[in-house]
Amino acid sequence: MYSDKVMDHFQNPRNVGTMDDADGIGQMGNPVCGDMMTFYIKVKDNRIDDVKFQTFGCGAAIAVSSMVSEMALGKTIEEAFQITNESVAEQLDGLPKNKLHCSNLGADALHKAIEDYQERQKAKENPAKVPEKSKDKESCYCPYCEGPIEGLENSCQRCHVEFEECPECQKPMNKKADECPHCGATKPRV
Amino acid sequence: MRRIYLDHIAGTPLHTDVVEAMLPYLKEKFGNPQSLHSFGQQALEAIEDARNKVAQLINAESSEIFYASSGSEANNFALKGFALAQRNKGKHIVLSSVEHQSILNAAKFLEKLGFTFSHIPVDKFGMIDPEDVQKAISKETILVSIMLANGEVGTIEPLAEIAEICRSRDVLLHTDAVDAVGNIPVDVKALGVDALSLAGNQFYGPKGSAALFIKKGRRILPFIDGGIQEGGRRAGTEDVPSIVGLGKAAELALLNMESRMGRIMALRDTLIMRLLESIEHTVLTGHPEMRLPHHASFCVEFVEGESMLLNLDMKGIALSSGSSCTSRALKASHVLLAMGIDHALAQSSLVFSLIDSTAPEDIVYLLEVFPPIIERLRKMSPLYTQYLEEKKK
Repeated sequence: MYSDKVMDHFQNPRNVGTMDDADGIGQMGNPVCGDMMTFYIKVKDNRIDDVKFQTFGCGAAIAVSSMVSEMALGKTIEEAFQITNESVAEQLDGLPKNKLHCSNLGADALHKAIEDYQERQKAKENPAKVPEKSKDKESCYCPYCEGPIEGLENSCQRCHVEFEECPECQKPMNKKADECPHCGATKPRV
Repeated sequence: MRRIYLDHIAGTPLHTDVVEAMLPYLKEKFGNPQSLHSFGQQALEAIEDARNKVAQLINAESSEIFYASSGSEANNFALKGFALAQRNKGKHIVLSSVEHQSILNAAKFLEKLGFTFSHIPVDKFGMIDPEDVQKAISKETILVSIMLANGEVGTIEPLAEIAEICRSRDVLLHTDAVDAVGNIPVDVKALGVDALSLAGNQFYGPKGSAALFIKKGRRILPFIDGGIQEGGRRAGTEDVPSIVGLGKAAELALLNMESRMGRIMALRDTLIMRLLESIEHTVLTGHPEMRLPHHASFCVEFVEGESMLLNLDMKGIALSSGSSCTSRALKASHVLLAMGIDHALAQSSLVFSLIDSTAPEDIVYLLEVFPPIIERLRKMSPLYTQYLEEKKK
């Protein structure tokens, strides 16, 4: 089911833990969708000097966060922003089709930690203009536009696709589509 | 490395006697039961002998047993066959909200043909209140389908009471007894059901062997059209070796029911007790008493199911998270959600289901390796960190 690389990162995840003095913290997902990740970063001279993560999730989710942490370590802020979901999955020698959404969370949680760091920097420079921290409601992803969905909604707020449960993997899929974007199952025609 | 199989609900290993009984029908006794020559007659005799044994296991007549290829097929056969045969009487069907996918998705198919469904809720133990079935039945109701025992949480439903209600309201009752038959005594006459699904791979018979009991005189539409096999209700050349295996497994189950149950239940009870003692924040799911004798299911808070499964697998221990179907889909189990368990906790479900050959040492080994795995995964879990921080406050 999983590549050797995924299993290696799952068995021996790198950089697991929390950080008391983090420069930025990013959290993605929630238990409703089955995965949740928290990334902590320390930044020195514009480089990610240390990174730690915690993950509640499946084998793929743990491996993805471990890989993201390894890829991010030592990179500049700009370089770390370049880490994409695709590149993480690629570095892990691929993920099963129904697990690709896990790789979305990994890179996004890291990006969120970086954004948090940047916001904190701005706040330091200009304490008057501290922007209200937006409350995180995002949890799962729309499989069509990658927009955030609550996980229990019947449609995507961004691309307005209406969902129904895939009979095969029970994940949200377009009511009108014939093929599930998660597991590739095709709907029987009645 | 030690390898321990605790995934009864996904399928049992074949009993040696079952394999022995099947072998001649994979070799020299290869005839088609519908052939008139001696090869065919030999095979026919074997499948009729098996039918008799399956019937005895559930106290039915052999003419009431119809072979199928899986529990899912038997469930589809019952639901669609009864619905379509009764459609002039009414189009309403009553189900429970914790049925297997082969019932729930067959219902979705029937919905497209104009049938309507009521889904009976369950309590926190996964138990159905027969009163709710009574209330759900209307003039339009033609069929009730409620499982005898739930594979995900092990709860045994009060089916005899439900049957009495169905009889008094003149509504057919089907039960998905796939997880129950062969593991607990099942008597179709005492239960008073009109149809019942069973599968051999839940009691040491082969995969691909299953049957639907249909009470004499109940009208049902054929499931596969074709020849005269299975009284014309399920055409297609019979899978003779599989059927012979099912018959042998049924014979052994009936013979050893008491001793098997006693042994497995004692081990299961030890497992439940010790596991709850040794791992904090763990809850037993399903009914504490009214449950399958081989079944122990839990939610282990703050840790996701698949990560536990993979870690245990690396230690040689095989089990399920939720049903085998949901563990690949990795969606919170509909059964646990119906029981009112929240999404986060439902992601943390595990099912230990013991088999005949499970030894006391296996349970000792499990209890040795499992707690450290949980400790490691909890250290990695942001939910556990959150919990500890809130506790500090």
